[in-house]
Amino acid sequence: MHASTPQEGASQAGAGPLVTIDAVMQQVAEHKGCGTQGGSGKASCGSAAGQGDLPTEIWEKVKNHPCYSEEAHHHYARMHVAVAPACNIQCNYCNRKYDCANESRPGVVSERLTPEQAARKVLAVASTIPQMTVLGIAGPGDPLANPAKTFKTFELISQTAPDIKLCLSTNGLALPDHVDTIARYNVDHVTITINMVDPEIGAKIYPWVFWNHQRYTGVEGARLLTERQLRGLEMLTERGILCKVNSVMIPGVNDRHLVEVNRAVKSRGAFLHNIMPLISAPEHGTVFGLTGQRGPTAQELKALQDSCEGEMNMMRHCRQCRADAVGLLGEDRSAEFTTEKVMEMEVAYDLEGRQAYQAKVEEERVAKVAAKQEELATLAGAASDITLLVAVATKGSGLINEHFGHAKEFQVYELSTAGAKFVGHRRVDLYCQGGYGDEDSLQTVIRAINDCHAVFVAKIGGCPKADLVSAGIEPVDRYAHEFIEKSAIAWFKGYLEKVAAGEVAHGPRGDAAIRQGALTAA
Amino acid sequence: MAFKIIASQCTSCSACEAECPNVAITEKGGTFVINPKKCTECIGYFDIPQCVAVCPVDDTCVIDKAYPRYQAAS
Ligand code: SF4
Ligand code: SF4
Ligand code: SF4
Repeated sequence: MHASTPQEGASQAGAGPLVTIDAVMQQVAEHKGCGTQGGSGKASCGSAAGQGDLPTEIWEKVKNHPCYSEEAHHHYARMHVAVAPACNIQCNYCNRKYDCANESRPGVVSERLTPEQAARKVLAVASTIPQMTVLGIAGPGDPLANPAKTFKTFELISQTAPDIKLCLSTNGLALPDHVDTIARYNVDHVTITINMVDPEIGAKIYPWVFWNHQRYTGVEGARLLTERQLRGLEMLTERGILCKVNSVMIPGVNDRHLVEVNRAVKSRGAFLHNIMPLISAPEHGTVFGLTGQRGPTAQELKALQDSCEGEMNMMRHCRQCRADAVGLLGEDRSAEFTTEKVMEMEVAYDLEGRQAYQAKVEEERVAKVAAKQEELATLAGAASDITLLVAVATKGSGLINEHFGHAKEFQVYELSTAGAKFVGHRRVDLYCQGGYGDEDSLQTVIRAINDCHAVFVAKIGGCPKADLVSAGIEPVDRYAHEFIEKSAIAWFKGYLEKVAAGEVAHGPRGDAAIRQGALTAA
Repeated sequence: MAFKIIASQCTSCSACEAECPNVAITEKGGTFVINPKKCTECIGYFDIPQCVAVCPVDDTCVIDKAYPRYQAAS
């Protein structure tokens, strides 16, 4: 029996179970592939594979930024330095006994660094990881509640490692006071966490803000916060500084309202919106954790992101990184760079070597995009309303290169005749540590990717394979070490053929759980 | 009176340090402490003690009754 996935909606209702491949192949004949099209404010691949609708000068700035370009995050790494522990507001999803929940995963106390230690750490990491191109200061706390430490760090780094891009994440309360300094230090990206533009809703998220030597609570505090956030955003975009907005999706509190937030920030010039799921396990001790406020499911999150996408680019690959994260997104190498180790490291900052390495990375990227375009061309003519999700185990470089049992996260792609579009990731790191032979950990992996029709891996053992099949998820290991998107499109073509031949009955998958927990370095 | 910090509750976030008008707060062995000789309870500066207002953990910056009231003492 043919059943449509929820996303397909009513258009599928009358379709029979069989669609001939020929009939199936037409709609996409004109499709030029990702990046070359996408009209009226909607980027077909958003910040993903190509420029989309981004103006060229913005695209130039973001294309190698792992946090801003979905495609770049396979190839370039970033690091955060935790120099800013103080905060000037209180959020109900934060327990600062551990860490800032806004910009880093809760549950792990970061090492706090002085600006000098931070600068040394940046050099040590840049010498070891040549694809590290971005340094961010994102708390724990608010970097602008610690302006002296934050800007001192930027100053030291711009002197010693001038090729590294600087970015900053803030709750925005103090932002209007620091816009000139931000411009002076050549910070090229700022992220503001904006969870509401309605103070009534804000009062449910922020118990208080501290401003101008006073504590403001409730609606009054929230009004002050939203006014200053939006003004800060306007001031930055007027100066040509790129702004991304982060929002935490809190079901029943601000989930519907975030569409309005999306409009408000778009109209003030934000170029990317990142809606992240609330993380609220009771053991984190946050107000929301203790009151049993739940986080969204994977489907709820995706539906909200999809509904905002017509308005502006949506970011889908956010990992809610720790304030001391190091490495590619989704990997955490911070344990290699503790203060103690950094102080002992030989630091040889080799600008030319870094540039040569990055040139190689660029070649790899071009090859990957070309491979995808080629595969997409073979799909040209296919017309099908089928849209489905697949999960991929990857260590980066845009390749299917991770063993199922070693994967700490899966990247999720939405497949349609328009191609493969990255739509998110599912972390499973805490569950995999016992190895894939572990019965419970396998179940948690399945729950995390339960909305997917297939999972692409470099390798997988017999047992998990059988369990995945019985859960309705096809394990696919025949594209080991090949490009993700090219392989996914090739598999999808085969899938459509099987559906057309009646070998496979296409049906919807369930919802998936977003993992509630901290990413601990393994 | 002066204010004191209950060390077991302090998250060492350093928020209070920057707000104190008298530079009475410093880091000591990983947490923050108030020098009672310098603390004026913020009297003469602000309506509310700044360390209390900015501290994320309620009841961590509290009155230390071992000291007389600032105005009375001076
Ligand atoms: S801005 Fe960050 S550190 Fe401050 S209360 Fe909110 S989540 Fe916590
Ligand atoms: S009460 Fe005021 S003067 Fe005393 S320690 Fe706190 S901030 Fe400083
Ligand atoms: S503000 Fe509170 S938690 Fe932070 S350092 Fe001061 S006393 Fe400790």
